[in-house]
Amino acid sequence: MSRIIDKTAAELAADIREGRLTSVEVTTAFLDRIDAVDGTLNAFLHVDREGALATAAEVDAAVAAGQELGPLAGVPIAVKDVVVTKGLPTTAASKMLEGWIPPYDATITERLKAAKMPILGKTNMDEFAMGSSTEYSAFGKTLNPWDNGRIPGGSGGGSASAVAAKMAPLAIGTDTGGSIRQPGAVTGTFGAKPTYGSNSRYGLIAFSSSLDTPGPVSRNALDGALLHEVISGYDPRDSTAIDAPVPPVVAAAKAGATGDLSGVKLGIVKEFAEGTDAAEPGVIAAYEAGVEQLVKLGAEIVEVSCPSFTYALPTYYLIAPSEASSNLARYDGVRYGLRSGDDGERGLEEVMSLTREAGFGPEVKRRIILGTYALSAGYVDAFYGKAQLVRTLIKQDFEKAFEQVDAIISPTTPFIAFKFGERTGDPYQMYLADLYTIPTNLYGGPGVSVPVGLSEGMPVGLQVMGPVMGDDITYRVAAALESTQETLLADTAPEIEGK
Amino acid sequence: MSTISREEVAHLARLARLEVTDDELDAFAGQLDVILESMKTLAEVNTDGVQPTSHAVPLVNVFREDQPQPSLPRDAVLAGAPDTAEDRFRVPRILDEEA
Repeated sequence: MSRIIDKTAAELAADIREGRLTSVEVTTAFLDRIDAVDGTLNAFLHVDREGALATAAEVDAAVAAGQELGPLAGVPIAVKDVVVTKGLPTTAASKMLEGWIPPYDATITERLKAAKMPILGKTNMDEFAMGSSTEYSAFGKTLNPWDNGRIPGGSGGGSASAVAAKMAPLAIGTDTGGSIRQPGAVTGTFGAKPTYGSNSRYGLIAFSSSLDTPGPVSRNALDGALLHEVISGYDPRDSTAIDAPVPPVVAAAKAGATGDLSGVKLGIVKEFAEGTDAAEPGVIAAYEAGVEQLVKLGAEIVEVSCPSFTYALPTYYLIAPSEASSNLARYDGVRYGLRSGDDGERGLEEVMSLTREAGFGPEVKRRIILGTYALSAGYVDAFYGKAQLVRTLIKQDFEKAFEQVDAIISPTTPFIAFKFGERTGDPYQMYLADLYTIPTNLYGGPGVSVPVGLSEGMPVGLQVMGPVMGDDITYRVAAALESTQETLLADTAPEIEGK
Repeated sequence: MSTISREEVAHLARLARLEVTDDELDAFAGQLDVILESMKTLAEVNTDGVQPTSHAVPLVNVFREDQPQPSLPRDAVLAGAPDTAEDRFRVPRILDEEA
């Protein structure tokens, strides 16, 4: 008899709908798990026991009354602290927003509430979603449940750690350069960055507006797909939203789970393979074993050439900090959040500077300065402008590749979860974590990370990238890969010692 | 030769209204130099005749109906402010900045 917290979201939803479990029982089980192990892992910045149980009780009353319920009604969820939640503290893991209670809900939050999913709490992250290890949180790092001396990925390390440690069956993440997929890879969980514009950015605390994309974090592809369909779809409050039907990701995950990939062409990027010196041998070995499995299921492997991908990392680290330096100008100590140094004597500009010094951590400051540089007169053409041109070439490489193949696969990240402190001294080494995930953000298409195996006892992820609005193929391939595994990798994580 | 000097970092920090400590200046100058070196590789790429991409999804002129929508209640908005007075945001003095 498996515990409640061992069940997938799909199983929990069916149990609640069909009366085998109540949502209060399910939600309580996850809240108790948080109480037991989060003192060790620090995945949550805020837990809302009362609010979660109130939603759960509503669901149970609806079940008792025989009402129609949505596909994930009553299944609790954790939300990354960069998504605003009315009445619940939202900090983006920054001292700048410590204690701030948003007066409104993000569209994503509204949709979770409409779907009657109890919100367990808000998860830890790198400050303002800038980082690959969650070490840049102003409120302490989150630990990887697989090895407490290692990072859980970032920026969404809290959401990934919460799902990996079974403190939540599902979580919301956001992905600007890999912040859903890389944490998924290093914690043995599933994570999807949907097509840019298919999930609303309204109510996300902005980092890089042309790249930010919210998406699902889960234990497997089907659970991710169920959540994807709850949160996805056009939103008139996001001016970059795509007004088109949501790709059928649930059906695709179910199709993939049958283990048949005949007729599916999967691309392997030549330039990634050539750059394998960047990836650890253990990561390559686990990934290649996964590719073999996909071939056994009938997939055809085709080499594609995307020469511009070589330049994706510098392109991203010009565009994202440039947009961030502009977006984060809003933290001026006037309308919300921190104000520091206002002694009645100092002027506005000085108070503003002191506020930003006190409120932002080192990585955020670094990126603001980098972005300010890339946008300043005399450099804008050589840096930001040039990056926008190379971004076009990266997009064109994807478009050409998708004329030949249905999806592109790669390792999700070049290395397994590294040890704390290993890369904080050299930001460029940290940036390399996103080497394989960044191209998709620049292009705008979907990408998912699915567990593929272990290296040195730590999880490795395989990334599946699809064409714009072709999210369904990424879920199909991921679910097919899962069908070759005896147990979900997420179910083999070591038991966590509570504190 | 370094791409960016300590003085330039201090100037950029001022432009971005960031008060930075001496230690931060030292650290950032070295780190930004490494990062900017890698970005210089973009100069190798031939982008003649290429149009810039500012957004992943090309959309032009997204309009909505010009209909009033309710806005957030004033009290709810002011509740998050660091300082308020008379139903407004209170700010430090803004005159004589450079005096």
